[in-house]
Amino acid sequence: MTTPIQPNDVIAKAEALRNDLSSGFRDEIVKSLYNEAEKIARRAVKATGEKKYDFDQKIDRLVTSPFTGLPIMLILLGTIIWLTVQGANVPSQLIAKGLFAIGNWASALFTSWNVPWWITGFIWDGVYRGLAWVIAVMLPPMAIFFPAFTILEDLGYLPRVAFNLDWLFKKAGAHGKQSLTMAMGFGCNAAGVIATRVIDSPRERLIAILTNNFVPCNGRFPTLIMLATVFVAASFSPALTSFIAAGTVVGVVLIGIGFTFFMSWLLSKTVLKGEASAFTLELPPYRRPNIMRILYTSIIDRTIFVLWRAMQTAAPAGAVIWVLANIPFGSTNLAGAIAGWLNPVGVLLGLDGVILLAYIIAIPANEIVVPTMMMMYMGVGMMVDAPSSSEAIRSLLVGVHGWTLLTAINLMLFSLLHNPCATTIMTIYKETKSYKWAALSVVITLGTAFLVTFLTASLARLIGWV
Amino acid sequence: MTNTKIKLPTEACETCTAYAQLEQMGIKVGDFDRVVALAGNPNTGKSTLFNTLTGLKQHTGNWPGKTVTRAEGGYQFNGVKYKIVDLPGTYSLLSASQDEEVARDFILFGQPDCTIVVTDATALERNLNLVIQVMEITDRAVVAINLMDEARRKGLEVDARSLSRDLGIPAIPISARSGEGVQTLLSTVAEVIEGTIATKPLRVEGTLEFQKAVNELAPMIEMAVPGIPNARWLAIRLLDGDARVQKALSSGELAGIVGRQQNADVQFSRRMSVEGRQ
Repeated sequence: MTTPIQPNDVIAKAEALRNDLSSGFRDEIVKSLYNEAEKIARRAVKATGEKKYDFDQKIDRLVTSPFTGLPIMLILLGTIIWLTVQGANVPSQLIAKGLFAIGNWASALFTSWNVPWWITGFIWDGVYRGLAWVIAVMLPPMAIFFPAFTILEDLGYLPRVAFNLDWLFKKAGAHGKQSLTMAMGFGCNAAGVIATRVIDSPRERLIAILTNNFVPCNGRFPTLIMLATVFVAASFSPALTSFIAAGTVVGVVLIGIGFTFFMSWLLSKTVLKGEASAFTLELPPYRRPNIMRILYTSIIDRTIFVLWRAMQTAAPAGAVIWVLANIPFGSTNLAGAIAGWLNPVGVLLGLDGVILLAYIIAIPANEIVVPTMMMMYMGVGMMVDAPSSSEAIRSLLVGVHGWTLLTAINLMLFSLLHNPCATTIMTIYKETKSYKWAALSVVITLGTAFLVTFLTASLARLIGWV
Repeated sequence: MTNTKIKLPTEACETCTAYAQLEQMGIKVGDFDRVVALAGNPNTGKSTLFNTLTGLKQHTGNWPGKTVTRAEGGYQFNGVKYKIVDLPGTYSLLSASQDEEVARDFILFGQPDCTIVVTDATALERNLNLVIQVMEITDRAVVAINLMDEARRKGLEVDARSLSRDLGIPAIPISARSGEGVQTLLSTVAEVIEGTIATKPLRVEGTLEFQKAVNELAPMIEMAVPGIPNARWLAIRLLDGDARVQKALSSGELAGIVGRQQNADVQFSRRMSVEGRQ
């Protein structure tokens, strides 16, 4: 027996019935739903006291107050970064020393076995050195930063941040929940882009996606920390070093947040016009963080995951650099030649050709920029020993390659503002299902990076600073 | 008067041999007998319960909206293998934000054998809105009243029996973090699936005029898609002009899930009888 009623009959009937209903029927359904829920809840829940509530509210009054909320946020951010700077320095140097020593030893061993020089060089000076750099530069800061960040997340602090920043986002024409996705961006911009799914409005979601890259992810933090420690803080007394370095990184992060607001505002006034939508955000109760789970999440899920990804791109990057540095080209090698061509643009931006080439090679993953750059400097300058202490790095960059404070500052700005890594670009494409928005995310960030570094370089030269 | 049978959660259960019945299966969910969905408001501990059941380390965090895609894992309980799907946290199933759509589509089109709605004992009223909406879609639902420990600290007492009587589905107090009540929850889920516990979900009626429209439309849906279990809810959605449901109806997607569900039931009882469990 066939069914006499077809799906389209049902839809037509629904249409007809809907037209007959009085206009407020939707509100009526929702209202009766809420009434029912309220009735049932009232019967099932008995309040016997309000002890803990008060305490939570007292804390909330402090951390979400218009006066103390933002300073507390800055202090927490500063503390986390300071802990990272302070704690990561020595382990980083030790790891670098150890891994480079192993590399030199293995390389010498290969030579004594009469392995052809190019095999030894490719493996130990190329691939291995790339890996060693990435581990030394990234592992210690991440192992400190991630657990600290996860504790704040587990406590329930992030929604309070969203609460504090809501009015700013609203002014920028963006969604208040963007501060949550921005906070996730500190961990990983690709994760931040995925987190924008919590934003209902497509317009505001796109703004959140396109501006997520303006907060430095964990791949870029080590770069910022290294530059802040080696260059900015080095001219101060050793006792102050870690504070100046942390302060510099906090400053760079604030510049990034500033650009997030500015770009959100610009987008909401131009290609993504519209008003900010209202939303309710629940402030969850403070919960005692579960230490074992925090360690697991931050060490396994985040640190090892990010490090593994960086290693996968660092190995081929190391190989590419070694090959480029060992193919003769005129009086120099291919790496030197390409860096030479890029140099005029680099100088215009207060950087140099090697830095730009490092950024091009490091497109797959931002975290390997500094290692790539260092290897290139060593390759171009034919240096044999890898510098492992901050003094050695400083003397290599300043002494041999003519870095100034402007180079360091502009490199930090460039690292903060430039295009998202390949993974993030792919994620943006997957989330928006549009080449246009993925391409725009690159154009916006790269454009900003070029413009800002060009302006600071020009200004520095104008006032005769460099 | 009650249609449901409630097992009182006893602390002793957690330590007795029955606890060995739960076997975490991680992501090895290749062949499973039953599918259980985890729904609930944001930040009620769905992911924590998911991790407790599966032994997986799905990232949990104390902020609403953390789970934006669905995560899947498995557990075995009393010899039955369950696939468990952790849905994004939502306040309702009515609007069209992406996370709500993921959750609703799964409950409707994924046809889980049972849906656990995880609720926050400290904010029950707001949580019940979602419970009632889930019950509109499926009869096979169980409420897990989570964060009981937090409620006690705040000086709140939750009467699970009253809740279960009013809702017409079982309500089990648990603490996903400590594992308290989880055994009872799982055996209740099993009984709801087997039909040992018959649920009679509460229905929110709306205005008389609206009821009439629903009563007129629902039988038509049942005729157009024979065997569809939630004609009433579909009628409400169609009256509301829900484009997704309209599409599912006209494309035959709804008819497809009825066939799939019946097939799965037959296969399950066959496997169980072969293994001599039924």
